[in-house]
Amino acid sequence: MSKAARGDPLFVYAIVYLIFLYGPVLLLPLFSFNDSIYIAFPLKGFTFEWYRQMVQNGSLMDALQNSVKLGIVVAAISTGLGIFAAKAVTRYDLPGKGPITGLIMLPLVVPSIILGIALLVIARKFLDIQLSLYTIGAGHVLICVPFAMLVLVSRLEGFDRNLEEASFDLGESGWSTFWRVTFPLALPGIVASLLLCFTISFDEFVLAFFLAGNETTLPIFIFSQLRFPNRLPGVLALGSCILVFSFLIVTLSEWLRRRGVQPTKQGAAI
Amino acid sequence: MVSATDKATVDRSERSTLLSRVRGVFLRHEALRGYLLLSPTLLVMLGMMIVPLTALIILSFWTQDYFELDRTFTLANYAAIFALAEGPIDLLADPFGAFANPIYLALLLKSIEMSLSATIAVVLLAYPMAYFLAFRVTKNKLVWLILITVPFWTSYLLRVFAWKVILGYNGVINSGLMSLGLIDKPLEFLLYNPASVTITLAHAWAAFAILPIYVSLEKIDRSLLEAATDLGDGPVRRFFRVTLPLSMPGTIAATLLVFIPTVGDYVTPTLVGGTSGIMIGNIIQSLFGKANNAPLGAAVSITSMLIITLLVCAFLWLVGYGRMRRQGT
Repeated sequence: MSKAARGDPLFVYAIVYLIFLYGPVLLLPLFSFNDSIYIAFPLKGFTFEWYRQMVQNGSLMDALQNSVKLGIVVAAISTGLGIFAAKAVTRYDLPGKGPITGLIMLPLVVPSIILGIALLVIARKFLDIQLSLYTIGAGHVLICVPFAMLVLVSRLEGFDRNLEEASFDLGESGWSTFWRVTFPLALPGIVASLLLCFTISFDEFVLAFFLAGNETTLPIFIFSQLRFPNRLPGVLALGSCILVFSFLIVTLSEWLRRRGVQPTKQGAAI
Repeated sequence: MVSATDKATVDRSERSTLLSRVRGVFLRHEALRGYLLLSPTLLVMLGMMIVPLTALIILSFWTQDYFELDRTFTLANYAAIFALAEGPIDLLADPFGAFANPIYLALLLKSIEMSLSATIAVVLLAYPMAYFLAFRVTKNKLVWLILITVPFWTSYLLRVFAWKVILGYNGVINSGLMSLGLIDKPLEFLLYNPASVTITLAHAWAAFAILPIYVSLEKIDRSLLEAATDLGDGPVRRFFRVTLPLSMPGTIAATLLVFIPTVGDYVTPTLVGGTSGIMIGNIIQSLFGKANNAPLGAAVSITSMLIITLLVCAFLWLVGYGRMRRQGT
């Protein structure tokens, strides 16, 4: 950025905007080290007490384990489905491509409470399926696939199609072209999609709230703690860890997927 | 006599010709291969979204009879939502007095108002930021994009919770102002009202609006802007006559991407809304939970979705979105 840009009112606005965006969230780590059960100024003193209590909490650790398992499985399935769909819409001239893509993107705009109750209704009132981590997983795959597809479409559009054609011309089959050309080139997008889907599933609350059986996930655990004022410092400590962790994963994922991709491509809009 | 091995060979060769014929069809018809590749994803989306939504619609035509589900087709749930009140009504005093059970439609209208104000705030705040990204940032664009996107992916629950901490009775603002000696007792109006929900929604969805606007600004052909300047437009006129109209598709997309999901939000009103700040999502949740009337809950959900869809279509028609897309701006 040039020197002239720094005096620009828009630059000042951008900085204020970032403070607005990050400020409230950064309060969580600040108060998680505060030696008081009240989340209030003035700060009392520095403590690791809340973090110590956190790691000793058994039900928290169970919820964490569930969330991690769920996130990994959801990320793998959604990215797999995303690769198929992204390859189909970028490499083939499909009639009705618009409406089909629209259908896959629908979970982005339908409020998640509607998706949650719809899945609850089909599971409980029609098919008599017990609620469990599997039902939460189904809901999470539903909302992760659109994101996976967007990330992968922008990645696949970002590299030269001739590379694949050259591979065919040199005698490779469709399958080995995929593994030897398409896959390595799409790899940053695939990793980005895995990381993003993991984070979405890891942090998702509403669908999990409606579709959970006896096993809880981390966001449900946090929500259940919010009713008790004396447990709030524990939530702050846990929340801070989740925030730091999500920041790292998402930054890595965003860096991977936006590097070398034209900013005006379709998937960049999300 | 034909030996068993011969027969097997014949079978196999027949099967292989059939297979190769199927392969031939797929090789010749590119679209077919495309659909085949798309089918797993499409099946999952149909099975996990369209089928459940259809089930929700069917459920809305049934009724709950205490613990039993009465599976006879009836419009009773919709009748309950839209039933008109009996006796004299004063529409001026209470516009929803015309309905016997005004709570559902009144709450839906209130949710729409709240999420509309949050959406307007989000888009107005996001536009200058997107403009800055598209026209002023030349170096380290990636860093700026990542800085803006990252908060959006971090836990929604925690971002909303942060506002509860900020606005609470013993929260950050109150305790901060008190320790500075500016107020004597905590301000009560900060938390648990429609305004706190709107502020929280505006913050939680802030990042979602920037990217679509940014992309449509980035796409604008810079020579059009130069042409406007050469033809004598000042920066302000140029913005309103060239930049703003060309960025409308992205801005409209951003508006809808924020508006539609926030109407049905459940987390924000539950955490920071209190009793006066509840939204339609809370009613739907309680009908499926404590109130144990899932069919009515389904009917309320379907009605809300239909009304929101109608509003969105009316909005798109009003701003001429179809024409904008055809022109390829």
